[in-house]
Amino acid sequence: MTDDEMDQIDRNRRHFLTIATAVTGLAGAGLVAIPFLSSLKPSARAQALGAPVEVPIGSLEPGAMVRVLWRGKLIFVLHRTETMLSLLPDNDQYLRDPRSEVTEQQPPYAVNENRSVRPEILVVEGACTHLGCAPLEKFEVIPAEHWNGGFFCPCHGSKFDLSGRVYKGVPAPTNLRVPPYRFVRDDLLLIGQDTGAA
Amino acid sequence: MSRIEAEVGKPKGGLMKWIDDRFPFTKTMKYHVTEYYASKNFNFWYVFGVLAMVVLVLQLVTGIFLTMNYKPSAEEAFASVEYIMRDVEWGWLIRYMHSTGASFFFIVVYLHMYRAMLYGSYKKPRELIWIIGMLIFLVLMAEAFAGYLLPWGQMSYWGAQVIISLFGAIPAIGDSLVEYIRGDYSISDITLNRFFALHVIALPLALIGLVFVHIVALHEVGSNNPDGIEIKKLKGADGVPLDGVAFHPYHTSKDLVAIIVFLMIFSAVVFFAPEMGGYFLEHANFEPANLRATPEHIAPVWYFTPFYAILRAVPDKLWGFILFGTSVILPLFLPWLDRSRVKSIRYRGSLYKSALALFTVSFVALGWLGMQPPDGVYVVVARLCAVVYFAFFLLMPYYTSIDKTKPVPERVVYHG
Repeated sequence: MTDDEMDQIDRNRRHFLTIATAVTGLAGAGLVAIPFLSSLKPSARAQALGAPVEVPIGSLEPGAMVRVLWRGKLIFVLHRTETMLSLLPDNDQYLRDPRSEVTEQQPPYAVNENRSVRPEILVVEGACTHLGCAPLEKFEVIPAEHWNGGFFCPCHGSKFDLSGRVYKGVPAPTNLRVPPYRFVRDDLLLIGQDTGAA
Repeated sequence: MSRIEAEVGKPKGGLMKWIDDRFPFTKTMKYHVTEYYASKNFNFWYVFGVLAMVVLVLQLVTGIFLTMNYKPSAEEAFASVEYIMRDVEWGWLIRYMHSTGASFFFIVVYLHMYRAMLYGSYKKPRELIWIIGMLIFLVLMAEAFAGYLLPWGQMSYWGAQVIISLFGAIPAIGDSLVEYIRGDYSISDITLNRFFALHVIALPLALIGLVFVHIVALHEVGSNNPDGIEIKKLKGADGVPLDGVAFHPYHTSKDLVAIIVFLMIFSAVVFFAPEMGGYFLEHANFEPANLRATPEHIAPVWYFTPFYAILRAVPDKLWGFILFGTSVILPLFLPWLDRSRVKSIRYRGSLYKSALALFTVSFVALGWLGMQPPDGVYVVVARLCAVVYFAFFLLMPYYTSIDKTKPVPERVVYHG
């Protein structure tokens, strides 16, 4: 290219076209990324399989617990005895959040001493709020350790009481989560949905 | 001129010339193999790069054959692994080679990285080689983690549960990020399927690409040596570094010995101790995933335990996650944390030597502690070791700049 030809180049125009092409290309690439990234979200089928589950509780004796799966998550349904319930207030001083003040850990109707709709029926997710391990039942009372029964996580030693409330000084930051639920009938529990007539 | 160099140098005709006119075959071979000069005083520590390549090939080949019989679905995964073990001819061998290969990959890579710390291989002008190497290490961790979910055993499931939940510690976006990684409300068939895709396609591709770039960068600046001297500074009349010998045939023949010894040890493990007492294949993983119960004692495979011990040593979810992540990333900054004028441990002062010794002890101790239950004294010792681990890196700019170093010789020296 001769000097004369070089002089005829409109550099501003060239610069504009370079920038415009790059920006358009990047915007296109960004838009194309959306379908790929969205495909990683829970699919329609995964959402449908997350439908509520029914749990018959008519034959759940006081002191007994069942483990059910809702959305692949482990849910504990525990029928607490009168003794278990009477010991709950004693735990308060050792707990991090005895009044269930962390709002996202339970629906409003579970913000009470028992963290439940019906005092005796506890419904909590069986996933330690630290790193998701399933806590173990440890219902026997050990007065020497101020232990009135509760759940113990084998992974990193987090402890929860019989309302799923977390103890102080353990790695789990919050109480066990209470899923949305309601009683369809006196002896039938519905986990995953809390609207409609109870 | 040696006979080999004479042969490479002679004018070619025929097929070779036909190819070379169209593809830089001879040129590439010379540049990377027959005329790549590396120091003549390489010792034992310099075999692990080649061994890592050997293991990579082993994992790729065994992996391809495993995918031919493995089923990436929650319903069938566990049974298909058992099928490979029992009904596929030699399937047990291929599977044990792959599972043992995973552990050996980390043994070799950890030693390869330790070599760089002994001889200052990350220092200028090799910073980029080190950074690429650290990326390889991170991809390798992701690859191993994704692969561990595939057999869909108890430890696969709950190990993944714990590690994915780590991201839930991030404020605000944590919970939705965890759901996004899993693609479901819990670890499910969907999660298994995407981990399979990552494990067999995405991450291996990234790994191969990074290894290629790692070697290209290495051959651009040249290999370090146990004296930490730049051999390119002193060249003979032929332009060859005085202390360098050609990668092939000199280093390749030495590497061949290392490869044979390595394969002997590797085979011994594959044939006689593929589970390695629960360290390479954890006992809980011989049970299919049970969504209703976590195993009594949960620990990651040994190569993650040093970092896992740091995670557990912190009694707070968010800080545990932050320190865990930092402990993995910190070595990336070594080229800039190390202010010493010398590279090799041979000419460093007592400060760095003591620091490295303490670091070594704490890292190994953390690895052991990460496998123990998280009770009383173990947690206290883990906290102590974590402090030493972080101090090694964070105080490095200080102690390496005041350390009394010895004079570095002009030419490489032999020891023993």
